[in-house]
Amino acid sequence: MPESEPEVSGVDIELTDVVKRYPGQKKPAVEGLSLHIPAGEIVMFVGPSGCGKTTSLKMINRLIEPTSGSIRIGGEDVSRSDDDDLRRRIGYVIQGGSLFPHMTVTQNIALVPGLLGWDKRRTAERVDELLELVGLDPNRYRGRYPRELSGGQQQRVGVARGLAADPPVILMDEPFGAVDPITRQRLQDELLSIQEELRKTIVCVTHDFDEAVKLGDRILILTEGANIAQYDTPEAILANPADRFVADFVGAGAALKQLTLSRVSEIELGQPTVAEIGDPAPDVLRAAKAAGDDSVVVLDGRRRPVDWMWTVDLSDVDNVPAPHEDTDLVTIDRRATLNDALDTMLMSSHGSAVVTGRRDEYLGVVDFQAVLARIQDGNGQPEAEVAQ
Amino acid sequence: MTALDPGPDLKTQENLADAKAAAAGLASSRARRPSWGLLIGQPLFVAVVIGAWAIWRSRAELDSIEQRQLDWKLVGQLTVEHLKLTVVATIIVLLVAVPLGIMLTRPRARRAAPVVVAIANAGQAAPVIGLIVLLAIWLGFGFWTAILALCLYAILPVLRNTIVGLQGVDRTLVEAGRGMGMSSVSVLGRIELPLAVPVIMAGIRTALVLVVGTATLATFIDAGGLGSLITTGIRLLRYPVLISGAVLVAALALLIDWAGRVLEEVTRPRGLG
Repeated sequence: MPESEPEVSGVDIELTDVVKRYPGQKKPAVEGLSLHIPAGEIVMFVGPSGCGKTTSLKMINRLIEPTSGSIRIGGEDVSRSDDDDLRRRIGYVIQGGSLFPHMTVTQNIALVPGLLGWDKRRTAERVDELLELVGLDPNRYRGRYPRELSGGQQQRVGVARGLAADPPVILMDEPFGAVDPITRQRLQDELLSIQEELRKTIVCVTHDFDEAVKLGDRILILTEGANIAQYDTPEAILANPADRFVADFVGAGAALKQLTLSRVSEIELGQPTVAEIGDPAPDVLRAAKAAGDDSVVVLDGRRRPVDWMWTVDLSDVDNVPAPHEDTDLVTIDRRATLNDALDTMLMSSHGSAVVTGRRDEYLGVVDFQAVLARIQDGNGQPEAEVAQ
Repeated sequence: MTALDPGPDLKTQENLADAKAAAAGLASSRARRPSWGLLIGQPLFVAVVIGAWAIWRSRAELDSIEQRQLDWKLVGQLTVEHLKLTVVATIIVLLVAVPLGIMLTRPRARRAAPVVVAIANAGQAAPVIGLIVLLAIWLGFGFWTAILALCLYAILPVLRNTIVGLQGVDRTLVEAGRGMGMSSVSVLGRIELPLAVPVIMAGIRTALVLVVGTATLATFIDAGGLGSLITTGIRLLRYPVLISGAVLVAALALLIDWAGRVLEEVTRPRGLG
């Protein structure tokens, strides 16, 4: 990774000849998987259904006991430790969040710290910290029950719960499978920015190859029996699929999928005229005219974008108005892929998209020309990266 | 009034049949949120019925037998006996059926569940009157024999609902709990049981209603209860006594049903909607 590297808090995972044989089945579900997962990376397990990817994941925290072979986390053989004790030290995030419906958000998140015997104050502080991290206001959400949350919010709490005891390793089983595409995209972006800070070792099962390309530092493509078809960086897999199986799995449009490899943050953002709610409209109009803009991005007091107004609509008001209740400005995170950005632009009436940073603060806008330029620049670049 | 009366035997049976039907219906058509109207209306209705009966009792002209049978103190004592039968039998059923139900949903004993449920089913299918008399011949007359018969009769709904309730808990939640490092005992106590509570409580309410109706038969083996008013009324052809017994049993059953409903409401974990 080219970015400045925060301290890696994850540890590596080493699977050696891991076999899982279920009684009464001729072929083992996992036929002998050997794999090294480097510390601080996100490794995505993908493959057709029934290929043993979930089984392999669950053997890491011994929800499923391997028939033979060894699994080491940070050098320590998992079969040596008590299984409950082991699992408390490994984060676990499941589809839909799988929150316990009779427990509040706080109780859900505080569960593992509770099992580890943390004192109340430390736990409460941790819960608030985690809610902030996943973008939920602690004061609003701490006491809610899961059914009072949307699907995306439940999933966020699920991620917070997985991170609760600050485990070095986090296992995720189809974490974003149960939410709509837009929410999924946001959750993925958030996971990436959380990971940027925390640098855990994350093992994630998905059936969505695009998700694997977007999130993974490495992708493990499995065939039936959990045999490795290819284990490499997304760039390398897209550029050089190991065989027909991988090529088929990657699917058509591998070139287009490269869009999933570039992030909005790598593009120079456009800087149209901005205004804060309450600014005098004539001043704003003058500035827009000087810059040659026909629209203005409206920010709130904390510099978060809330609206994107045409200058025409500003000409008959005195001050920049607060947006209507039902205005829902679609923004994209700077960690979003160009693919997501294109998607958002196509839905936007402005033909471009507002980009926000870590705390939802305004960064600029991205338009088609910028994306196009980036694609033209980037031709051939993925191979170069692989060669390193 | 007597001319229209369908006859003492039919009347008692109808009473029991009603209680049974009510109990069976309650288990299946259990409303998510019982309306406040029902929670408040039911005890009010019972109060009106008992009040009306009390007014009738204090004004009606009764012969000496009727007066002795419907003596305030005696009626009070019979009611207490009836309640005691109901509560003790239900508590024993609870103490047996809930742990049994838990055991039968654990992986090791899961296969035995259908067999045990079949046996419990037989207990409920057997006519109580036969069960109660047979047990009395074997174990002798008295309170505890009646309790045993009532328990055998009422164990099924609690057992079945405990099993169904626990089986109904989303497997992924159980796995989530295990995956986070909770022991199986702690998953049972903190996730499975709380989530199964509404279904288990519905079973307990069904059992309560079954028992309060069936306890009427305890009088046949000298175990007391309001049933004695009914049998006395039949034997001595004293309709006021018979009808008083029937009315009081019905009122008590409604009251117990209401108590069960309140219990269900109170024990329902918050967050389950």
